[in-house]
This record gives sequence, C-alpha cells and structure tokens, in this order.
Amino acid sequence: MTAASALALSLLIPLAGAIGIALTGRNPNLREGVTLITALALFADVLWLLGAHLAGGPQPALMIGEVMPGLTLALSIEPLGMMFGMIASGLWILNSFYSIGYMRGNNEHKQTRFYVCFAIAICSALGVAFAANMFTLFIFYEVLTISTYPLVAHKETPEARAGGRTYLGILIGTSIGLQMVAIVWTWVATGTLDFTKGGIISGKVAEGLVPVLLALYMFGIGKAALMPFHRWLPAAMVAPTPVSALLHAVAVVKAGVFTVMKVVVYIFGVDFLASTGAANWLVWVAAFSLLAASIVAMTKDNLKARLAYSTVSQLSYITLGAALATSMGVIGGSMHIAMHAMGKITLFFCAGAIYTATHKTEISDMDGLGRVMPFTYAAFLIGALSVIGLPPMGGSWSKWYLMLGAADADQLIMIGVLMVSSLLNVAYLLPVVGRGFFARPAADPHHVPHGAPQPQSVGAAAAPPAAGSGIREAPLFCVVPLCLTALGCVVLFIYADALYGLLAPLAGR
Amino acid sequence: MIAAHLPILQVVIPLIAAPLSVFCRRPALAWWLAMLVSVVSLYISIALLDRVLDQGTLSYVLGNWAAPWGIEYRIDAANAIVLLIISGISTAVLPYTRVSIAKEVEAHNQGLFYTCYLLCFTGLLGMVITGDAFNAFVFLEISSLSTYVLVALGARQDRRALTAAYTYLIMGTIGATFFVIGVGLLYMMTGTLNMADLAQRIPAIGANRTLVVAFAFIVTGIGLKLALFPMHLWLPNAYAFAPSAVTVFLAATATKAAVYLLLRFLFTVFGTDFHIFGPALSYLLLPLAVLAMFAASTVAIFQVDIKRMLAYSSIAQLGYMVLGISLGTVTGLTAAIIHLFNHALMKGALFMALGAVVYRFGGAGIDQMRGLGRLMPWTMAAFVVGGLSLIGVPLTVGFISKWYLIAGALESGLWPLAILVVASSLLAVIYIWRVVEAAYLDEPAAGATAGEAPAALLIPTWMLVGANVYFGIDAGLTTHVAEQAAHVLLGSAT
Repeated sequence: MTAASALALSLLIPLAGAIGIALTGRNPNLREGVTLITALALFADVLWLLGAHLAGGPQPALMIGEVMPGLTLALSIEPLGMMFGMIASGLWILNSFYSIGYMRGNNEHKQTRFYVCFAIAICSALGVAFAANMFTLFIFYEVLTISTYPLVAHKETPEARAGGRTYLGILIGTSIGLQMVAIVWTWVATGTLDFTKGGIISGKVAEGLVPVLLALYMFGIGKAALMPFHRWLPAAMVAPTPVSALLHAVAVVKAGVFTVMKVVVYIFGVDFLASTGAANWLVWVAAFSLLAASIVAMTKDNLKARLAYSTVSQLSYITLGAALATSMGVIGGSMHIAMHAMGKITLFFCAGAIYTATHKTEISDMDGLGRVMPFTYAAFLIGALSVIGLPPMGGSWSKWYLMLGAADADQLIMIGVLMVSSLLNVAYLLPVVGRGFFARPAADPHHVPHGAPQPQSVGAAAAPPAAGSGIREAPLFCVVPLCLTALGCVVLFIYADALYGLLAPLAGR
Repeated sequence: MIAAHLPILQVVIPLIAAPLSVFCRRPALAWWLAMLVSVVSLYISIALLDRVLDQGTLSYVLGNWAAPWGIEYRIDAANAIVLLIISGISTAVLPYTRVSIAKEVEAHNQGLFYTCYLLCFTGLLGMVITGDAFNAFVFLEISSLSTYVLVALGARQDRRALTAAYTYLIMGTIGATFFVIGVGLLYMMTGTLNMADLAQRIPAIGANRTLVVAFAFIVTGIGLKLALFPMHLWLPNAYAFAPSAVTVFLAATATKAAVYLLLRFLFTVFGTDFHIFGPALSYLLLPLAVLAMFAASTVAIFQVDIKRMLAYSSIAQLGYMVLGISLGTVTGLTAAIIHLFNHALMKGALFMALGAVVYRFGGAGIDQMRGLGRLMPWTMAAFVVGGLSLIGVPLTVGFISKWYLIAGALESGLWPLAILVVASSLLAVIYIWRVVEAAYLDEPAAGATAGEAPAALLIPTWMLVGANVYFGIDAGLTTHVAEQAAHVLLGSAT
C-alpha cells in the first residue's frame, strides 16, 4: 500500500461504510456489523499512516484535485493532524459500541440515519485532520457541520429542533460569516493557503490588521466554542448521548480547536505571533471564557449541561495554549486535545449510561446511584480527575505543559487562571461522584418519570428495576466502552512521552 | 462551411421551428421538435464557446452587409457562456416540461406552449448573441412577449397567473420602451447602432447631457427586465403563478440574459472611461445591489408559498451579480459571470424540485412541504442540495460564487462589503432551513400518501443537482471562461 492510497482510504473507508450502513438499514445486526468493521478498518488504516509518519522520510501526501485556479483539495500528514486522526478514528470504535448499547437501550428511532450521518461525520473529521491547506480544511469543516445536524436534531421534538437550529445557526454563521472572510483575506493577501511551517502571514498583512485577521479566524472557528459563540454546545445537549460524545470528544469540538492550532501554527506562525504580540488579546478572551464557563457549569443541575459548559471551559485551555504563542503552550494545547477527548468521552459515556439505566438527567436526582452503578461511577471519577488535571491521569500532563507555556510567555497571571480553573473543575465535577457514593438515596430511588420509556435490556446487565439495592448497570455495550476510555486516561498518563515525541516537531524540537 | 454560419444558426433554427410547431397538432410532436432544436442549439453553443476560447472574438455579418450598416453578431467569452447557459438549461428543462406541462396546461394549448417556448428561447439567444443595439431590443421584445404568454398559461392552475402576466406585461413594456428610447438617443448622437462602433464613437463625444440621459434610460430599462431592486415587483408573482417548467426556464435564463445586456452596455458600449461610469457603479448599482441582497432575502423568509420564496431569493441573488458588476474590477466581473452561471444551476435545480412537489400536490405552500422528506425522498434530497448550494456551502457552485465575490470585495478594499455578502447569505440559511425542517422533521399532513415524482421530473432535476456539485468541485472551466469574459469586457488583454 502506498502512502497516498492510505490517505485516500482514510476518507473512502468511512464513506463506503456510510453507504453500506444505508444499504443494510433493514437488518440492524448487519448494519451495526458494518459500522464496527468500518471503524476497525479505519483505525487500522490510520495506524498504518502513523507508522509511515513516524518512519520519517517523505510524508504521505495526496492531491485530490483543483477546485479553483490555485485552490486545491489536498491531503497530507503532519504531527497535529496525525494525533487528531488517531483520536477521531480510535474513539469512533468505542463510540460505535457504545452507540449500539445506548440507541437500542433507549429504543431510539431512525437509527439507520443516525449511523449513516455518524460515518459521514467521521469521514469529514479525518478530512479536517489530514487537510494540507486551509481551503481543504474549511470544506471538510463545513461538511462536518452539516452531517452532524441530523444527529443533533435526531429526536425531532421541538426542543431538539430548536437545539439543532442554534447548532446550525451558530456554526454556519461563524464559519461563513467570519472564517470564510478570513480565509479569502488570507488568500488575497498571500496568494496561498498551504499549511506552511512558520506561517504565511508574516510580511503580507499590515501589522495593525493582524489581530483583526486573527479575530476573524478565532471567532470564525465556532466549533472551538470561544465565548460568546459557545451557545451551540449546550443547545446540542438535546441529542442522544453518543452524539454528545461525538460532539465533545471525538470530532466536532476537537475539529474546532484543532483548526485553531493549525491556524496559529501553520498560517500565522508561532514566532510571528510572539514577535508582534497580535495574540495578546486572545489570551485574555480565552482566560475569560475559561473561567466564566467553569462558573456557569457549577450552576447547572442537568448533568449533560454541566459537562457541556465544562467542555466550553476546557476548549479555552487549548485556545489559550495557542494564544500564548510559545512552543510549550502549543504542545500543551495540542496535548490537551487528546487528554480532554479521553476524559470527556468517559464522562459523557457515564452520563448516558446513567440515563439508559435510570432515565435520570438531573444531578440532584442521582443521590446514592454510585452504589447501584459502581463501574460507571468509578469511570466517572477517573474521567473527572483527568479533566481536573490530577495525576495519574493524562490531563495532568497537558496542564503541566500549558503552565510551562504560560511561564515562558511571562504570563504569570495565566498560571493563576489555570490553577483557579482546576479548583473550579473540582468544585463542579467531584460533587457528582460524591453524591453518587455517599448521599442517601431519595425515598423512591427507582422512580421512573411518568411516560418515559422503560429501558430495554440488550446486554446481560440490564435487569428490570426492582426494590432494594444491588448492582444494576447499563447494558454491557455501554459499560465496557466507558471502562476502556477510563483506562485510556491512565494509559495516556503513562505514555504521555510518546505523545510528546509525536508533537515535538510542532515546536521545532 | 456550416461551421462558419454557426452564429446565425444559433438563432435561426429555433426561430424557424417556432412557427412550425404551431402546425404540430399533437403536443408530443411539438415537444420532439423543441427538444431537437434545443439539443442542436446546445451543440452550437458549445462549438461557439470552444471556438471563442480558441480563437478569440468571432464576428458574423448578416447577409454580408458590413458591420456598421448591416447587423453584426459578435461572440466573445462574455456572451458565449450565456448562450451555453440558455441552451443548456433549455435542454435540461425540456424533458421535464413534457410531463409537467401535460398536467398543468390544457391540451389544446400545449402546441401553443411549445411555440411560445421556442420564441422565448430564440429571443433570449438573439439578444445575447447580437452585436447590434437595436437588434438586441427586437430580440428582447420577442422573448418578453412570448414570456407573457408562457406565464399566463399558468391560469389553469391558478387564475392569478393572468394578473401576474398582465403586471409583467406592463412593467416589461415600460422597461423595453426605456431601453429603446436610450438606444434611440445613442443613435441620434452617434449615427450608429453597432455596439463596437458605438464604443468607438461615444468617447469622442465626451461629457454630454443627451448621452447621460441615454445611459439612464438604458440602465433603467435593463434594470426592469433584470428585476433589479426596487424594480422587481413583477417577478415574484410571475414566477409563482407560471407553470412550473416555465418558472424553471425563466429563473435560470431570462434574468441572466438581462444581466448580460447590462454588462455589455456598461462595459463595452459606454466603457469604463465614460464620465459618469464610476459614480453610476458605486453610487447607484452598488447600493441597490446591497439593498436587494438584504431586502429580498428578508422578504423571502416570511413567504408562505415556497415558489414565491425562491422568487424573492432570485431577486437577492441578482443583487449578488449586480454587486460583482458594480465593483468594476476583473475579480468582481468574474464573480458576477460565475454567479450568472452558477445561479442558473442552483435555481434551476430548486425550482425543478418544487415543480415536482406541485406536480404531486398541486401547490408548494410551506404546509405542503411537511413530511415530504419521507414522502418524496429524492425530490427533497435534490431540494436540500440545491438549497445548500444557494447558501454557498463548500463543494457546491454557490461556494465558488461567494468565494469570488468576497475576494472581489476584499481586493477592492471594501471590507464592509465582504461582511455584508456573508451576512446576507446567512439569511438564505434561514429561509432554506424552514423548508428543510418542515420536510424532514414534521409529520406528513393527514391523508398525504407517499409517492415520488415521475422519473421524467426527477432525472432532469438530478442532472442539475449533479451539475451543482460537479462545478462546485471542479470549477476550472467556469472560472476560466468567466475570467476571460471579464478581461474582454474590461478591454484588458488576457
């Protein structure tokens, strides 16, 4: 297999999967089989690419075609994209297993549409990851937005529709309204959109206008949820939980912050930003977004809403890392993409498992649930610790490097911001676990809201609600993936060095 | 031998076929004739475009009367591409027409329909190909008069088609009259009607009030035909009540020919050196274009009838074209011409999809769209792709248009304009998404049964949808031709 064909396959496999899923829609078991096989094949392909990337030598590259004179659709591999590709394709496997447990456990409708859109979303996420120029990236970015819309509005209720509308409105609005202007501006000013080491802006745009261009990019990348364009994330909470996991961990927000990193490193250039100070304002905006979202998260009683605001806050860590314009900041921010993905997907899987097993969404209703669902809650604890940034979880490393980056940039206040934020994380995540294990359950712990569908058993673990205590976990298809991702948080702590090695070329080391 | 006469054949073949089709007693026969003519025209226009790209401007003198005295047909990249749009859309829409018209127009009028259709086709081709200002007026009237009849044929579906056609008749006639007054004034000043000749003599006259008046009459006259905001009042009703196939054809071609005429008169006849050229562009056309983009899009959001909604959207899209023209730069003109081509594709696809809905349900109100995603999956999928293209989502032609338009605005240093362009395309998101939500998230109305439109409607629709995607991914041809056309119009060498 040549490197170019492996790159092509990274898009073709999920696309073929989408077609296969659509064709086998009448037979759910076969359909899910297609999903899983596609996910595994894709991951194998990305692993192969990783091998080719690490082997050094000429990097895999593929030119698909020329859309307009000078503007090409092209793919290539560089460290950041390689990492994002690994995250998206790797977590898709776990997410697929989880989806099967969740979607069947909750008797969701139109599951074929769900799996098809999911596969297309993964395809576009990989397109974003491997894009060789900003033009290609933008195209896949938009495809990702549109392919995830049916997922967000999946339930078709008025709330789901309103959520979908907000989702689409903000993401399309920012990307066409701001990002596209920024891209065309870059194109008109520099005559190229290729991702180039050291950036392409230097000397091409008047220095006073560089912050404006940067602002168009940063706010235009709505998927990075920089305040005030974060509303779509909480609004998208109406979607089924596997979709939330896709949005928060696998593809969507990660595509956003990944684009932020790409723009800072390969369009502006870290050194250029550092020397002009054009990103100084962004440091403060990101810091504000980071703290404000954490504080809002504390006020939310709905578990998924709390996690959503937590994501807004965590994404700002990554934007902050980029804005610091130091090599350590960039590495810390990039690492945080991976660390947060693993931690947040665990938390969402847990939230979904709790919903599948008990149909509870509010934290205040979850007293004592930890003793009923010990695996889920243990995984939640691990995920929470990783998001907070405590060893021995992966999240500690990325925060470590971010702080180093802040120190390098002489932004000592930012070190303080990061520490305060970690405390806030403790304050809004750990009480969930605490109530689960230590609080006394309410009088009727198994109360199922009137009219809510009864969970349907799929795996071995889902027992009908009965009086008395005892372990009653969600279906196995839900529990196993979340245990694996929790394990992943620990593994990332131990093998963070490998990740650092992969990302080091970003900082020219 | 024949190759040398392609320019005249482009016009004469449909012109002769039009009266012939009156004698076709059976509508099917008339349809075959129209189809044949359309395919031949498409072939001719492709051949002409090919020759123009290869050899530069072609000139053909009718009856061997040399240029200033006789009528000259003059073809360069700017009109070759419009000829291609007109004949290409006609070829795509005719297979659709057969089924659609058979249902929407009385049997005894169907032969007449094809006659008028061919006349309109002739008129549009003629006004684009000709290099003679008065000849352009004649063809403009041919196409307009036949269009009034075509619109009025929608009366079987809805009697309001008659008032729509009548309004169009009044407004269109005013426009044509203004145009011919302007041409008359030009003739008075220069003694010639040949456009190339006019272009040479007008600068010699210098600043002159009669010329300014001629300019004003011509721009206003064409503006009426082009539905330039605020002279667009005839358009929504004409599009909404005309038979579906007519709407597709008109939306994709008629206003495009008018835009071409505007381009030709502004840039070739008067030229960039004309003393009020700059002010006219930046103080008249530019504000009107921006107003059209916003006002018409906003009105579109509140339309109940989806055909009317798309009609208002057309007015907004014409605003984009005029905006590109008003920039007066190579990139701006390229954007306008690319959008001319691309908008024909997107609106063609959208109106065809709507026509299929009208075919099944007899109307296209927002209520009729409910649940259609399930009842007519192929039709609605086509609508969604067309809608995405209208919004300007990447991988569709709309994106290419937006890209060039924004690049044009930025190149001219008009930052706010770039923002306005994208802001107005967000309005398109709103009005398109209303329909998408109704079609996919609402339950079908009680009693509505599933049933896809016949293949004869679906295949042409999907051909245009395919073109939307194809030219969105590989825009090499369109951008190349448009850029060359822009250079020709601006008189700069390529």
